[in-house]
Amino acid sequence: MDANLFQYLLRLGDNTLVLGHRVSEWCGHAPVLEEDIALANTALDLIGQTQLWLGLAAEVEGKGRDADQLAMQRDIWDFRNLLLVELPNGDFGRTLMRQFLFDAWQVINLGRLMNSSDPRVAEIAAKASKEAAYHVERSADTVVGLGDGTEESHARMQAALEYLWPYVGEMFLGDEVDAAMVAAGIAPDPASLRAEYDALIGRVIKTATLEIPDSSFAHKGGKTGVFHTEHLGHMLCSMQWLQRAYPGASW
Amino acid sequence: MKHEWPLWEIFIRGQHGMSHRHVGSLHAPDAEMAIKNARDVYTRRNEGVSIWVVEAVNVAASSPEDKGAFYEPSNSKVYRHPTFFDIPDEVGSM
Repeated sequence: MDANLFQYLLRLGDNTLVLGHRVSEWCGHAPVLEEDIALANTALDLIGQTQLWLGLAAEVEGKGRDADQLAMQRDIWDFRNLLLVELPNGDFGRTLMRQFLFDAWQVINLGRLMNSSDPRVAEIAAKASKEAAYHVERSADTVVGLGDGTEESHARMQAALEYLWPYVGEMFLGDEVDAAMVAAGIAPDPASLRAEYDALIGRVIKTATLEIPDSSFAHKGGKTGVFHTEHLGHMLCSMQWLQRAYPGASW
Repeated sequence: MKHEWPLWEIFIRGQHGMSHRHVGSLHAPDAEMAIKNARDVYTRRNEGVSIWVVEAVNVAASSPEDKGAFYEPSNSKVYRHPTFFDIPDEVGSM
């Protein structure tokens, strides 16, 4: 088994799994019906991408596990998602700010992965990138709409950006897994995405009349699995309880 | 202050359809978001290839009370319907 590729695929799959579950928490609770449906669609797209990434991860691992087992029967210390995506939803504005900060990175990363030397990775990236392109368009529009909205919505969006900003840096930190992916031509160096990312979010945040905090401090540990925030365990409790209580239960 | 988003009427041209059809209505702050919302609400199952949105206040409608004067006179004029011709298959949908 290629242990580095397995780890890398877990990172991709866990990002979409955890964010997909977080976004699905809005189902039935969004401020208006149209946003409720749009958020549920986004969540489903992310879960769909998860099936592909974790499905491939399971195949690479070669131990007879499948995507469902990886999603539902791993514990918190085996998760490899960015800390950003496990943070609680907060208000609608913070959810959409988190979505935008992730979508912008996701669409750039998937664009690079489409040229991966591993055709299986390239194929999943090509499929996912169409969804990601729509997601970032939608979340960017909403960030602008709320940022450049009323006094209250502007204040909430600025607060959301300040709360989330320390979790952005982790997306661009590389480690030995990334180095192995770069050497094999499978994935880009995370740091190489930063300039394009800064340009994209800079443009949107400016249009939204918001200000990016002047700090480069970055919480880390999520994608390496060194440590997660206290929030992930609570989320996994509600996400996994059914498969934990009734292993193998099916629809 | 007005808190409600305006209502938009949504028209979608399906994969095999030839013209846009009214599919329903939804709320959105502006035309662009109305198109995005329509994409999420009405094209989830691959129903469409094109979306039109029109703010509902801009739709002028005939009044139900005018029904008689508007439509009944045509009931007795069967010759207005092209039912006496065979339409060649090559013409396709009419």
